[in-house]
Amino acid sequence: MTEVTPLVEFRGIARRYGEGDAEVRALDGVDLAIAAGEFVAVMGPSGSGKSTAMNIIGCLDTPTAGEYLFDGVSVSGLDRDARTILRRSFLGFVFQGFNLLPRTSAQENVELPLVYRGVGAAERTALAREALARVGLQGREHHVPSALSGGQQQRVAIARAIVTDPMLLLADEPTGNLDTRTSEEIMALLTELNTERGITVVMVTHEPDIAAFAHRTIRFKDGRVDSDTATARAA
Amino acid sequence: MLWETLLLAVRTIRRNTLRSFLTVLGIVIGVAAVIAMVTVGNGATAKITSELSSMGNNLLFARPGQMGPGAPSSSARSFTLADADAIRADVGGILAVAPVSQKSVAVVAGSESRTVGLVGTNADYLTTQAWSVSSGRNFTESEARAGRSVCLIGETVRQELFGTADPVGQTIRVKNIACPVVGLLVERGESTVGSDRDDTVIMPLRAFQRRIAGTTTVDTILISARDGVDTGKVQAAVEDLLRERRDILAGDDDDFSVRDMRQLVQTMTATTTILTGLLGAVAAVSLVVGGIGIMNIMLVSVTERTREIGIRLAIGALEHQVLTQFLVEAVVLSLFGGLIGILTGLSLAYGTARLLSVPFIVDPTIVALAFAFSALVGVAFGFFPARRAARLDPIEALRHE
Repeated sequence: MTEVTPLVEFRGIARRYGEGDAEVRALDGVDLAIAAGEFVAVMGPSGSGKSTAMNIIGCLDTPTAGEYLFDGVSVSGLDRDARTILRRSFLGFVFQGFNLLPRTSAQENVELPLVYRGVGAAERTALAREALARVGLQGREHHVPSALSGGQQQRVAIARAIVTDPMLLLADEPTGNLDTRTSEEIMALLTELNTERGITVVMVTHEPDIAAFAHRTIRFKDGRVDSDTATARAA
Repeated sequence: MLWETLLLAVRTIRRNTLRSFLTVLGIVIGVAAVIAMVTVGNGATAKITSELSSMGNNLLFARPGQMGPGAPSSSARSFTLADADAIRADVGGILAVAPVSQKSVAVVAGSESRTVGLVGTNADYLTTQAWSVSSGRNFTESEARAGRSVCLIGETVRQELFGTADPVGQTIRVKNIACPVVGLLVERGESTVGSDRDDTVIMPLRAFQRRIAGTTTVDTILISARDGVDTGKVQAAVEDLLRERRDILAGDDDDFSVRDMRQLVQTMTATTTILTGLLGAVAAVSLVVGGIGIMNIMLVSVTERTREIGIRLAIGALEHQVLTQFLVEAVVLSLFGGLIGILTGLSLAYGTARLLSVPFIVDPTIVALAFAFSALVGVAFGFFPARRAARLDPIEALRHE
């Protein structure tokens, strides 16, 4: 096995909240490496530290101790704006609750990350249309979230996450609010993005069925990595 | 980017039209009040100033009694015609002296009658008032001396008694005295205090005293100084003469007063300016109150939109981009309020100016200032809520329901 720089690397990452007796160790010395192109499922009971790990990977949170290397570069000490620039340059987010802006069209929702990157209006429109087409929503550009089904809303959210062409897609229970059939469609879409576009996907899930779409499953327990196994791919 | 932020702000504000309108109501009222106060105040000042020039710049007037607080004027001795003659004879640098007495009387012509302000004076009166006749003639000095009952009538009196007909040569009855009209006065409009200066009849003072009032007293003596003469010196000379004629001992107070019209107008103008400023300041306070209203609603809005802010921060909005978004929203709100306020204030001022018959003068500086100030209110009171939004923790904000 050749040494390749992992896309995500945790070196003794700890995250503690509070002080003294009230101290909570959400993460307690985690070492982890995720290579570019992987499709990783993160599992674990609530309070196991998986959400904290996701927040740190997503540069929404910073570790109390340890070092986080993104594509070989330490990002632990970055300030808020620097982390935001990192996020909008290299990361895409998909949430359980979709988190689309209400009363705002699908097109505009997808354009939003581009607006903050300062992309011009014409280019934005084109990129957003392309992203929406990629997730199978052509013709629905002007629908507002409330006029779309849950699956369609999650597709809009995925389009928003990939419109900036990110290296890493972070999905926090992307199928948590969806029925089985829609969940499988969404997972198929994520798998396509992983295999065809080479986007690294890290996904939190509770469901083994969903985790089965990933190549690798990392289980957290009490702030540490409990197990890290290659997954037999779903048929 | 700023243009997009602006569009976004307008869209957010329109999404909640009623609330936005109620939010800016404070600003609207504040700006409208400032604009209305200052505009009407400027109009009043302009009117006083224009009246000053229409009255002749060098006018002094003497009255029995001391003007001012607590001074009894009724008990003071009146002037007589002889006082006016003495001033004309003894004081240098004088253009005209007019003794004046006034009384409200009924005048009749044919079947029409009207109660007017009757002025008894001499031929110099029109000079002191910088007034003239539009047809006919002024009465002569000899008519005045002889106490002939001839009269000049104002435009309003002409309209009421004769309609559009030429009144010169006609006869009117003033308190049962037949009085031929020898001249029609030029129309002058309303005075500062809103009385109609054309609703007047002028006749020789002797006739007025003998046949109307039944006295020999004079209410006021108007003194017009020549151009280029120091009115202060004329005023002092008139005072000395009147003290002498009224046997006032050195050290005793005058029982009359002589005033310079220009000083009086300057005092009035100064008073109006102070009043305008004061009312404007009171109105400005409501602008600040309006600002607090905006801050309040912006804080509510930030709380309501915590999740939206979380999404924006998570997918790549920098702190200053969120700050700008909310700041622009507050400024657009307050500018919108300012704009409505300016329009409301100008309409109010227009109506009031018409009502008080002062000129409607829009001061662009005040309009610009009010607009700029409402923007400032938006920035000042929008900053705190905007900063609160920008500093939200995206993780917490995304969890917010």
